[in-house]
Amino acid sequence: MVIAIASGKGGTGKTTVAANLAFMLDDAQVIDCDVEEPNAHLFLKPVMNTKETAGLPVPVVDESLCTGCGRCGEVCQYSAIVVIQKKVMVFHELCHGCGACAYFCPEKAIREEEREIGIIESGTAGGLSFVHGILNIGEPMAPPLIRKVKERIERGRTVIIDAPPGTSCPVVETVRDADFCVLVTEPTPFGLNDLELAVEMVRKLGIPMGVVINSCTIGDSGVREYCEREGIPVLMSMPWDRRIAEQYSSGMLMLRNLREYREHYGSLITNIRAELSRDETAHCHQR
Amino acid sequence: MKQLTVISGKGGTGKTSITAALSILSGKAVIADCDVDAADLHLLLEPEVRDSGDFSGGKIARIDQSKCSRCGLCVRVCRFDAIEDFTVDSVSCEGCGFCFHVCPEGAIVMESTISGRWHVSGTRAGTMAHARLGIAEENSGKLVTLVRRKAVNCAEDEGAVSVITDGPPGIGCPVIASITGADLLLAVTEPTVSGIHDLERVVGVAGHFHIPVLVCINKCDINPYNAGLIEQFCDERGLAVVGKIPYDPEVTRAMIERKSVVEHDCGAVTAEVRLMWDKIRPMLQE
Repeated sequence: MVIAIASGKGGTGKTTVAANLAFMLDDAQVIDCDVEEPNAHLFLKPVMNTKETAGLPVPVVDESLCTGCGRCGEVCQYSAIVVIQKKVMVFHELCHGCGACAYFCPEKAIREEEREIGIIESGTAGGLSFVHGILNIGEPMAPPLIRKVKERIERGRTVIIDAPPGTSCPVVETVRDADFCVLVTEPTPFGLNDLELAVEMVRKLGIPMGVVINSCTIGDSGVREYCEREGIPVLMSMPWDRRIAEQYSSGMLMLRNLREYREHYGSLITNIRAELSRDETAHCHQR
Repeated sequence: MKQLTVISGKGGTGKTSITAALSILSGKAVIADCDVDAADLHLLLEPEVRDSGDFSGGKIARIDQSKCSRCGLCVRVCRFDAIEDFTVDSVSCEGCGFCFHVCPEGAIVMESTISGRWHVSGTRAGTMAHARLGIAEENSGKLVTLVRRKAVNCAEDEGAVSVITDGPPGIGCPVIASITGADLLLAVTEPTVSGIHDLERVVGVAGHFHIPVLVCINKCDINPYNAGLIEQFCDERGLAVVGKIPYDPEVTRAMIERKSVVEHDCGAVTAEVRLMWDKIRPMLQE
């Protein structure tokens, strides 16, 4: 069972939910796919035991074989390889690693070499296993690194994925193929606007979902009304509590110290399981 | 004309609230909302759209079934696993065109997709360029670049002194597109371990592109110790801390009333944001 924790709006508490949910599950695998700004390790404090670089294949041109015919530049959709006055230039940051230039080069003058875009670390935190990716500074493309981080998913286990904020390609790459998506929001106009966008994205991917409302005692009733109208289950509501903010600020795992909230997360797990079995039943009926 | 981009690394630190407030205080800047996949600035500035257009980010492949001989070459060359049962999955397709070029039957076409809309609007703070990226679309970096170009064009037409841009969270492609060519960055952070961790990375990106950074510590009283660590970090890097804004639930109330924190009385928050603008304003003059 793979559960992705996403949000639309940043700073609503994705990482808090992911880390505390994992803490309650005890033997889960945690995958932090927010490779631009990975934070889950700050709270789960895993002991890392492997560190590998992750790369993207980019073209390297053997100038002694290149005739400057320009075929590579024609096939490249990203202008990552261009030929000007019979000279080939490669712009690595633009390359998506599709391999077309090397395939179509009539002289076989192009080979591909891995270019490092980030690192992947894995380790353990108590009974949890932990994997995260860290995108190199100045590197624009997160999705290829996210893909590689997700290759580490152990399908037989309960897997909690911490997603990046937003609704575009890095989030889609993270959330797709998940069995369930938890959207974390806050009851404010910004929270609602971005929740609506996130819901549309998850619907497009065809994944069952539910909502967690953090700081539910501040703000207005817009998010709750929206969920009711759209038939999206509210899986958990957490009050605003200065102690939660303080625990978070110093990197403490909230449920370790604020035990009174363990019940909330217990029901969150129950509610996710109920939604998943409801979804399975619905699928059986369709068949 | 000078360009200021507000960034943060971590999401939810208050970029948009601060961008709205600075735009109101400026009174004559052109505003750009470059958080195109979760844009919120319009909720505070209530734009009246003057001009709009479609944004086409890229192309994706489609297989013409009447020409397809099911040879399977396209499936073998695609590195994004985007072709299944000789149908292209539009979410997986990166538009590289490898299949299009390799298909011996000429059965694959590359089609432009409409992946968003851009707008230029009037607001009470000034002209604003903004956009909405289509759901689950790629190329947000390209749309950011388009929004910024629209904003710069408006600023030139109006003779505006500055462009104030609300950037996206993170450090990847849309962030790089939001800061490239900017004169000054304002990094809004918070005194949490995540805030500090993410600030360090986004300051790294700014350094990578040689753009000067100012720092604002939002909700600074949530954890005074960590606020001190941020000041120490900024001191070591030679970055000026131009604002230390306390936490106040009144900020949420301002948002619900669709007002910026300088239009709704948020006490010390309002005063601190005004002070911060007084420090930033001279740096945005020629």
